[in-house]
Amino acid sequence: MKMKIKNGKLSPYTKNSIISYGIVIIAFVVVTVLNSMGAVSSSLQGQLVPICAYIIMAVSLNLVVGISGELSLGHAGFMSAGAFMGIVVSGMLESSGLPDGVRLAAAVICGAILAGILGFLIGIPVLRLRGDYLAIVTLAFGEIIKNIMNIVYAGVDSNGFHLRTNPDLGLEESGRMLLNGPMGATAVQRISTFTAGFILVLITLFIVQNIMNSRQGRAIMACRDNRIAAESIGLNVMRYKLMAFTVSAALAGMGGALFGLNYSTLLPIKFNFNTSVLILVFVVLGGLGNIWGSIIAATVLTILPEALRQFADYRMLAYAIVLILVMIFTYSPKIKMFTQGLREKVFKGKNKTPEPETEGGV
Amino acid sequence: MSIKMKNDEVIQNTVYDVYENYDESKSTVDEIILPERDKDKTPILEIKGLGIDFGGLTAVDEFTLSIGRTEIAGIIGPNGAGKTTIFNLLTKVYQPTRGTFLFDGVDTAGMTTTQISKMGIARTFQNIRLFDKLTVEENVKAAMHEEVNYGLFSGIFHGPKYRRQEKAAHEKALELLSIFDMQDMADYQASSLPYGAQRRLEIVRALATDPKVLLLDEPAAGMNPSETAELMNNIRKIRDTFGIAIILIEHDMSLVMNVCEGIAVLNFGRIIAKGNPEEIQNNPAVIEAYLGKKKEAK
Repeated sequence: MKMKIKNGKLSPYTKNSIISYGIVIIAFVVVTVLNSMGAVSSSLQGQLVPICAYIIMAVSLNLVVGISGELSLGHAGFMSAGAFMGIVVSGMLESSGLPDGVRLAAAVICGAILAGILGFLIGIPVLRLRGDYLAIVTLAFGEIIKNIMNIVYAGVDSNGFHLRTNPDLGLEESGRMLLNGPMGATAVQRISTFTAGFILVLITLFIVQNIMNSRQGRAIMACRDNRIAAESIGLNVMRYKLMAFTVSAALAGMGGALFGLNYSTLLPIKFNFNTSVLILVFVVLGGLGNIWGSIIAATVLTILPEALRQFADYRMLAYAIVLILVMIFTYSPKIKMFTQGLREKVFKGKNKTPEPETEGGV
Repeated sequence: MSIKMKNDEVIQNTVYDVYENYDESKSTVDEIILPERDKDKTPILEIKGLGIDFGGLTAVDEFTLSIGRTEIAGIIGPNGAGKTTIFNLLTKVYQPTRGTFLFDGVDTAGMTTTQISKMGIARTFQNIRLFDKLTVEENVKAAMHEEVNYGLFSGIFHGPKYRRQEKAAHEKALELLSIFDMQDMADYQASSLPYGAQRRLEIVRALATDPKVLLLDEPAAGMNPSETAELMNNIRKIRDTFGIAIILIEHDMSLVMNVCEGIAVLNFGRIIAKGNPEEIQNNPAVIEAYLGKKKEAK
């Protein structure tokens, strides 16, 4: 990443990028150190990889919802495609004797490619719609992917790979079932690690933030801010929306593969509408277009349900209340004014507002 | 509907009555009028009988006009005469029901907004349409296609091509912004600019597409007289620096009469007069379109 310094000030993109990378790297170092001292509870330890996966999901969805401005409710579908693709690839390579890291990398790449292709194909019809209609159709496609996963049976034996829509795969004795329809994947070798998650989060941040600060990012945001004006300066709106959607889907597939290989059993039903909404909540709570906000929101909201376990039956109620309070406190105009006033006091005279126009000053 | 149509017809007829009485032989409506210096070159725009219907309403009809390569032309007319519709037809926001126009000798029938923009027609909007959340500089850079054309791969990895092109784009953006003395505002968010500056930014953004024709839709709306005077100089300056044709829609008559070389007057979607500012000012059809018909006292 190149730092761009303008008039002694960092450009806003560079500043936000540094914050995002900083948060992730510091969090990784702190958790690793605490872990080596044995100060991380086992419940949190189990959540480290899912947190990384959800950060990837949130940041990638932010590319569609925040940067491209289209509400997508089917993100869990791409996650699911990536997860099961990852499980299949990793399962097929199990006997090859490759190290876990290489298998995970292969699984993640294949998951990303499959999800990316799906994103591209689904994006072509879906992105012709706008607003609520687009949201509803993405929701439908998310459910379609989930339901397809529900009837897919896959297995591997010495004859190679078998893929059917019924359980009768005709596997040899030594063969292994990889996907088992509605029962999902069972006996998955757990090869996802926190370090791998950390690296994938950094890759996601690198891709999303660099796109934001490039010609493509400007075009995507221009199409979001004003479609008619974007067309009038020669931008192909459909093309840039599709670009954002495809990249986002591919990243979601990556996150899905990481997520899938963290559990020994994974049901297709896990990636339902609720998961899509959960990811959307991360994005909205973190702020549309705000990457580091997504990171924090995904982390906090993944830990929170566990942390609230002491409330037992009232756990989800408490979760909802916390969610509402955070929304109010981050977006209330009064609190915004207060923080802005505070900022102006701290950085006196550095506030960036154009001087009122003087008469005749053109 | 039928009642309304009848009224329109009645009003139109009275307008044409006056026009016909005015001396048929002097009619300039179908003539091609180009400035002296552009006469030996093909016009940049040759609009031929352009027309569009919205349902039963004919918004523009038989619109024929040629624009010289470095001409500053004006389109004026009362509210609802179809001026902005013509800009929308020229930028293919609407596809015409009848007629077509040649751009630089090429027939544009069936083209899309994006294609038209790439060919070299840029526009501004009556109600400002900026990319609000982008900075001023990004608004300008978003419109550059020649200078910045690296692929998605370069966009992700920020390689040498990215750095070279972004640097060139940054310099060109500042240069374009300096036309309106706006280079100091480059880092401001577009929506935070004062109204006048937003209008000027729209013009700069349009210029960043390297157009051959610039369409300005009420560039002086909401500006005070001194700002309008400044704008007038800048319109000429843009024409001289870039050597492009400019068509403007404007209600501010001082601006139109001072800056335009050729003017077309539109009423009810039809051209009722064409000519230089002087001719237009003395044309009874124009006077009637704006002020109404003189009562026949005699």
